[in-house]
Amino acid sequence: MSELASESSTRRAATLVDFDEVVERFDPMLGLEVHVELNTNTKMFCGCPTAFGAEPNTQVCPTCLGLPGSLPVVNRTAVESAMRIGLALNCDIAPWGRFARKNYFYPDMPKNFQTSQYDEPIAVNGHLDVLLDDGTTVRVEIERAHMEEDTGKSLHVGGATGRIHGAEYSLLDYNRAGVPLIEIVTKMIPGTRERAPEVARAYVTALRDLLRALGVSDVRMDQGSMRCDVNLSLSPRDSGILGTRTETKNVNSLRSVERAVRYEMTRQAGVLLAGEPIVQETRHFEEAGGTTRPGRRKETAEDYRYFPEPDLVPIAPPAEWVEELRGTLPELPWERRRRLQADWSLTDEELRDLVNAGALDLIEATVAAGAPAGEARSWWVAYLTQQANARGVELPGLPITPEQVARVIELVASGSLNNKLARQVVDGVLADEGSPDDVVAARGLAVVSDEGALVTAVDEALAAQPDIAEKIRGGKVQAAGAIVGAVMKATKGQADAKRVRELVLERCT
Amino acid sequence: MSADPATSGSSTGITRDEVAHLARLSRLAVTDAELDLFAGQLEVILSAVSRVGEVAADDIPPTSHAVPLQNVFRPDELRPGLTQEQALACAPAAEGGRFRVPQILGEEA
Amino acid sequence: MTAELTRLTAAELAKKIHSREVSAVEVAQAHLDRIAAVDGEVHAFLHVATGAALASAGMVDESLAAGTAPASPLAGVPLALKDVFTTLDMPTTAGSKILEGWRPPYDATVSSRLRAAGITILGKTNMDEFAMGSSTEYSAYGTTRNPWDTTRVPGGSGGGSAAALAAFEAPLAIGTDTGGSIRQPAAFTGTVGVKPTYGGVSRFGLIACASSLDQGGPCARTVLDAALLHEVIAGHDPLDSTSIDERVPAVVEAARLGASGDLSGLRIGVVREMGGEGYQSGVRASFEEALRQLEKLGAEAVEVSCPHFEYGLAAYYLILPSEVSSNLARFDAMRYGLRVDKGASAEEVMAATREAGFGPEVKRRIMLGTYALSSGYYDAYYGQAQKVRTLIARDFAAAFAQADVLVSPTTPTTAFPIGDKVDDPLAMYLNDLATIPTNLAGTAALSVPSGLADGLPVGLQVMAPALGEAVMYRVGAAYEAARNAEDGGPLIHRAPSLHTQVGDAA
Repeated sequence: MSELASESSTRRAATLVDFDEVVERFDPMLGLEVHVELNTNTKMFCGCPTAFGAEPNTQVCPTCLGLPGSLPVVNRTAVESAMRIGLALNCDIAPWGRFARKNYFYPDMPKNFQTSQYDEPIAVNGHLDVLLDDGTTVRVEIERAHMEEDTGKSLHVGGATGRIHGAEYSLLDYNRAGVPLIEIVTKMIPGTRERAPEVARAYVTALRDLLRALGVSDVRMDQGSMRCDVNLSLSPRDSGILGTRTETKNVNSLRSVERAVRYEMTRQAGVLLAGEPIVQETRHFEEAGGTTRPGRRKETAEDYRYFPEPDLVPIAPPAEWVEELRGTLPELPWERRRRLQADWSLTDEELRDLVNAGALDLIEATVAAGAPAGEARSWWVAYLTQQANARGVELPGLPITPEQVARVIELVASGSLNNKLARQVVDGVLADEGSPDDVVAARGLAVVSDEGALVTAVDEALAAQPDIAEKIRGGKVQAAGAIVGAVMKATKGQADAKRVRELVLERCT
Repeated sequence: MSADPATSGSSTGITRDEVAHLARLSRLAVTDAELDLFAGQLEVILSAVSRVGEVAADDIPPTSHAVPLQNVFRPDELRPGLTQEQALACAPAAEGGRFRVPQILGEEA
Repeated sequence: MTAELTRLTAAELAKKIHSREVSAVEVAQAHLDRIAAVDGEVHAFLHVATGAALASAGMVDESLAAGTAPASPLAGVPLALKDVFTTLDMPTTAGSKILEGWRPPYDATVSSRLRAAGITILGKTNMDEFAMGSSTEYSAYGTTRNPWDTTRVPGGSGGGSAAALAAFEAPLAIGTDTGGSIRQPAAFTGTVGVKPTYGGVSRFGLIACASSLDQGGPCARTVLDAALLHEVIAGHDPLDSTSIDERVPAVVEAARLGASGDLSGLRIGVVREMGGEGYQSGVRASFEEALRQLEKLGAEAVEVSCPHFEYGLAAYYLILPSEVSSNLARFDAMRYGLRVDKGASAEEVMAATREAGFGPEVKRRIMLGTYALSSGYYDAYYGQAQKVRTLIARDFAAAFAQADVLVSPTTPTTAFPIGDKVDDPLAMYLNDLATIPTNLAGTAALSVPSGLADGLPVGLQVMAPALGEAVMYRVGAAYEAARNAEDGGPLIHRAPSLHTQVGDAA
């Protein structure tokens, strides 16, 4: 243990290099491996539930506990999800493939081998076009997507920080063991230069949006249903010489993906500029400091002794099945962006801003709930964006639903609310006072629509200012504004100004 | 015993160190005496089984499964599993609904 | 009366029970008494489930008394179950210390089908540890003795199941056959053992030795009894991905047809490469005699060649250990089974437990398999063995194009003395010479007694193509009937009587 500590501290001592200098002297070579837990009802090889957060060891059976004599049977829906992911990533679907066993001992793995399609993946050779902040697109080549099973979870007890090192013992929960995983591996992404951190983040974001559109995963990085490993090496600028790479694990948010790449670039440059070699190793991302630290180094190189899983038969999807699945692909994020841009007549910049603000889904949902596109967009990018900024949250984090926004728009259109009242209704919803209708009722915000009351108010205002009334009667229509103002004041703003104006003109003819 | 290592395939010459390595990979805390015993026995067995190399089979596809089945799936439907109590009933140690195991010296998951 | 019950066949017992001439409880009790009397000497059982057996038999009797039709043609008949199938109500050890006292929380498909058929499970039988061995000497719980000569082994790994039949402790038993573990003990004990087509009987709940080779199957004293049991345990199981989703061959009908004794029109293939060098002379003589008998029944003998069978043993002892090394990795002291608390880390406890919990043969095969799968050796060993497997399957296909079934001696020798080969792994492996090709190809085979050589039983092996069990049972039953007619009764009744313990009913 002390050996490990001193080793990592000496390596931490290597100076970090300024990011601009890194980019000047080196080309980063980036690769990303993303593990996604599928949201199937049951596990990869048995009928246990996959729900997150259950009591420990309550979603287990002989198969996922690896009990003697138990056998796996492949979940058909998991295979279909894997193929749909492959198709959406423009991959070829393998006409024949087998699961293999990856053999190594680890207590969170009940059989002490992982059943994985490692060397015969179901999907190969695809790509994903990734939108960057400036509106440009980078194509990321996908090497493969393959199916495997997740491990159980260990809880380390007795260590100072709950971490593995220094723990006295560990407690194991196998609820997660056997949950279907898809591992999606990119080819090395060349030429990203100073944009490597951004490309990494944008890729994971695009992949997350794609998987969400496919409906195959919860893609919750915070719950571990989407996990990212970052592979990175540096080549001397324009040399074409491949450097030694590191694999950084435990990168559990979009922001962390970007930070991990940036940190590894500066760390590796520091090591290389000090004339030392990069150690090929697995590193762990430290959320707190945004740094990476080395994992435990193994005494001997791992030899996983892969061989075909004899308990499972090959998967050979017939072409008709593949085409049927292709037919079930929903509109994919980039196709949707293109459609909405056309439907809403957006410029590239406007579209990018909506995407960056996370407003696209919200606006579309608001439109789907019956609101006209222009008003839906205007509410989300103007007033609601201000409110989100004021609260320091992202737009999707505001406690108001697209349906509620659509209702507010509807109330305005029907004349029940004016714009000022509508904003008050929205404020009420955001203040957790209930639905728009609840707020209208509780705050008494409805526009005065009692025609009789309104006529009385107009007549009273005209009587109070006879000179102005006379001017109107004389044809000076613009003088009506003063009377309208008086009526609005008298009704505490709850009258429909447009209707008031109409009444004023009617009463003066 | 008809399989004589001298006549059946090349000698593999598995060393005591290699046996120790295999034992480590296999998580077997073998004794020194066993290392000697197994080194000798594995040598004899490997010499005999290396006969498979005498068969010219470059263009022969390997067989991993005895019966030519493929595409065997189950529907994505829940099946009753074990209760926590059943799952832990045979555990050498348990705590708080979890299996209790000695400290793990490995990668942090 | 009860002593006589244990001498009957399963078919005869079923008839008596279903006609309510005797009760299932009486039958169960007769066998439990016999076990109590002779198992001290034979040691076929690791666990005798007296209470559960009587309760199960009692339910059959109640159901029959109520006028309900028997749950199966074997309802109420007792059976000995190899201790490699999980059972909810009995411990399951696979003959290993590492699973001592383990109570599985689930039933194997075979176990639940036996229960559903109303078969009385008497207990669990002894076996070589994790089914690795040919003598039961590698059991962690002591050696089973051959009822024909208790200084000799009963074969293995299913020596307990075969010995239980030969000792009249049970009329039926279940075995598993990875390289001959049903057929070789059947040959050594003068009983019948069947290795069904791979995928014919569910492996769910069968503690794996080598997954691509393992197959559960019926053991009995007659071919018809084996067929009756075959139809109970065979058939598609959605819990086993390698289970064949097709109709179970009509083996009972085939066995009845065969017993009528006519094999005219059938071609019997004699494999040129089997039965020569390395086979004991008495075994060869018995085989020649069997061949003459088959011809007398009208079958035509044709010689076939299977040139790659000679590499079967080598391929088998690469494929099997490779799968074993992976299948047995789960025994790691974390979730169930033995834990040896030596060392501070999980890693050390795993290694100490596996060292203490596994016997030498298991350790040898784990290390051998680990070696064969290692990068750098994979292609030369495991990969090449899988190619040889293809060639052996092709040899079978070519042979079955010329013959309906193939025949050979089941084993090169008769039962050998206890202790003879236990320290010479390679000599032990040679027991499986004739049985292994069938496992590699996933086809079916049975062993039926073919008389004695120097006072010890010899087995005739009948091999059939995948799902070709019907013709195999037909040939086996015809041969058995002819043999019994010539000998004036079943061979098994010539087994010497065992010393029974004082005060027992038998």
